[in-house]
Amino acid sequence: MSDLYLLWRNLFRRKLRTFLMMLAIFVAFVIYGVLGSIHYAFQHGVDQAADNRLVVTNKITFIQPLPFAYVSKVAAVKGVKTVTYSSWFGGYYQDARNQIGTFAVDPESYMEVFRDTLRIDPAARDTFIHDRTTMLVGEAIATKYGWKPGDRIPINSNIFTNKADGSHTWELTVAGIAYPKTDSANTSFILFQHENFNESKTFGKDTVGWMTLETDSADLNDKVATAIDDMFANSTAETNTQSEKAFGKAFLAQLGNIALIITLVVGAAFATILMIVGNTMVMAVRERTKEIAVLKTLGFPSWRIWRQVLGESLLLSLLGGVPGLVLAGLLVTVLAKSASSAIPGLALTMPVMGLGLGFMVLLGLITGFLPAWTALRLNIVTALGRL
Amino acid sequence: MTGQTLIHLQDVSKRFVKGKDTITIFDHLGLTIPAGDFVAVMGPSGSGKTTLLNLLGGIDQPTEGAITFDGARVDTLTEGQLARWRAHNVGFIFQFYNLMPTLSAARNVELPLLLTAFGRSERKRRVEAALSLVGLAERANHYPREMSGGQQQRVAIARALISDPKLLLCDEPTGDLDRSTADEILAMLQLLNREMGKTIVMVTHDPEAAKYARRTLHLDKGRFTEREMVA
Repeated sequence: MSDLYLLWRNLFRRKLRTFLMMLAIFVAFVIYGVLGSIHYAFQHGVDQAADNRLVVTNKITFIQPLPFAYVSKVAAVKGVKTVTYSSWFGGYYQDARNQIGTFAVDPESYMEVFRDTLRIDPAARDTFIHDRTTMLVGEAIATKYGWKPGDRIPINSNIFTNKADGSHTWELTVAGIAYPKTDSANTSFILFQHENFNESKTFGKDTVGWMTLETDSADLNDKVATAIDDMFANSTAETNTQSEKAFGKAFLAQLGNIALIITLVVGAAFATILMIVGNTMVMAVRERTKEIAVLKTLGFPSWRIWRQVLGESLLLSLLGGVPGLVLAGLLVTVLAKSASSAIPGLALTMPVMGLGLGFMVLLGLITGFLPAWTALRLNIVTALGRL
Repeated sequence: MTGQTLIHLQDVSKRFVKGKDTITIFDHLGLTIPAGDFVAVMGPSGSGKTTLLNLLGGIDQPTEGAITFDGARVDTLTEGQLARWRAHNVGFIFQFYNLMPTLSAARNVELPLLLTAFGRSERKRRVEAALSLVGLAERANHYPREMSGGQQQRVAIARALISDPKLLLCDEPTGDLDRSTADEILAMLQLLNREMGKTIVMVTHDPEAAKYARRTLHLDKGRFTEREMVA
């Protein structure tokens, strides 16, 4: 027999009560694991943005376009290495519910700026640059719809009209597949030629959605951003230049404050668990006041009993929490397959698991502190009613 | 057979403060118990019997006075030192047995050995020996709820003996048992005193139980009023 055996026997003296507490903790950690992974996937995508990439958008809002003429002016700013530009197409495939992140881009400069993010076959790269009717498809989309190079695919827009036939459809040939160079790189997109888009759309000619540029060094970011914004100050289309990370965060903010929502949901779950488990642990220790007094009478030092009680709540937290995280991992794996386009890079990662384990320890310590302290301070004479 | 002094209480006072009142349990009490003695302490409720046992067992401290055990002061020890002292020197037997309901008889008896450096096999050997001594070797794997009151008290005696303490303190050890079971338990205590030389202090209301002791002390309002030699 060891202290661990005593701890185990005490923890499971009322099996149903212990099971219900474990279940409550289990549910809390399933919620934490799933929502935490979603939050991490969003956040990590933003964090992966290169330090020396800046995004130039219309100052009013990033959905307002910028004149195409700005591109060459920005390229001429001192400290700017490469500039590329993109426009939001509002694309979908067959059904408006099958939305795809579709961007009209300048192929050569785009692939140069994002060379560290995407891996593109040289032949596909060449085709995409030289054939205006082609598109580059991200791996996630190609896998989802089973597209391969050479396939001719009708892509629809929920914004623009094709002046060739008055429809909302652009027939594009798959030039190749863009593969991710990093685990978290988003490949749920379609890229097609801005030149093609500019000539065929019925409005908004000679405009771009936004520009993405590389500076010679991240140290020059502030200087370059100020220079660009100053250059277009008081024009009809003033600009807002910010780092790609800041732009990513601003984009996510359009979806709502995900971090706040997740924090509130997880926080509510943990607050409930704290109250339930904390209260139950206090009751569980109170009902064995006499046994604790007997252990002290036999010579068990107070710190050893304190350790026992705290150990019980820690073990309880781990027994409920670890399976909860395991289930969360399975759910996230399933979710990642079905929602890869909405949440790229979704997985139960080490940081989320590590934080989860930290929460388990914290939960165990908080819920165990009061009963452990009570046990530590327990007076034998009073507890045994021996006055 | 009794020998040199094991416990000595010198001018021991014990007072409790309850609200605005101070309750005096003992006022300059003196007591000497030689090694190998078997003392029964009798007296009406509230006379201080249990408080005396608490002081002797180091689970309570006197307000004034000195308590020595085997020549060393115990009233000056810290809480941690007292816990170690109890583990090595005192075995407790309670009226309601106070066994751990989640542990088998053998595990209950083994509990005090967790405070020693004995390895698993040595602990197992000692537990078997202690349970055999109280006639419960066959019940080693039974839980308290599966045993009668008398059997539970015998497990409690085995637990009290397992670390080979010099002093056994018994608080109404037969108060919850029928006459014949009580006699069995008392005979066992008498045997431990006579054959193993254990010093026993037993608090009891039962004059029949007191007859098993070597002497009986009558306590009333915090003072010994009568000292009676029985055996």
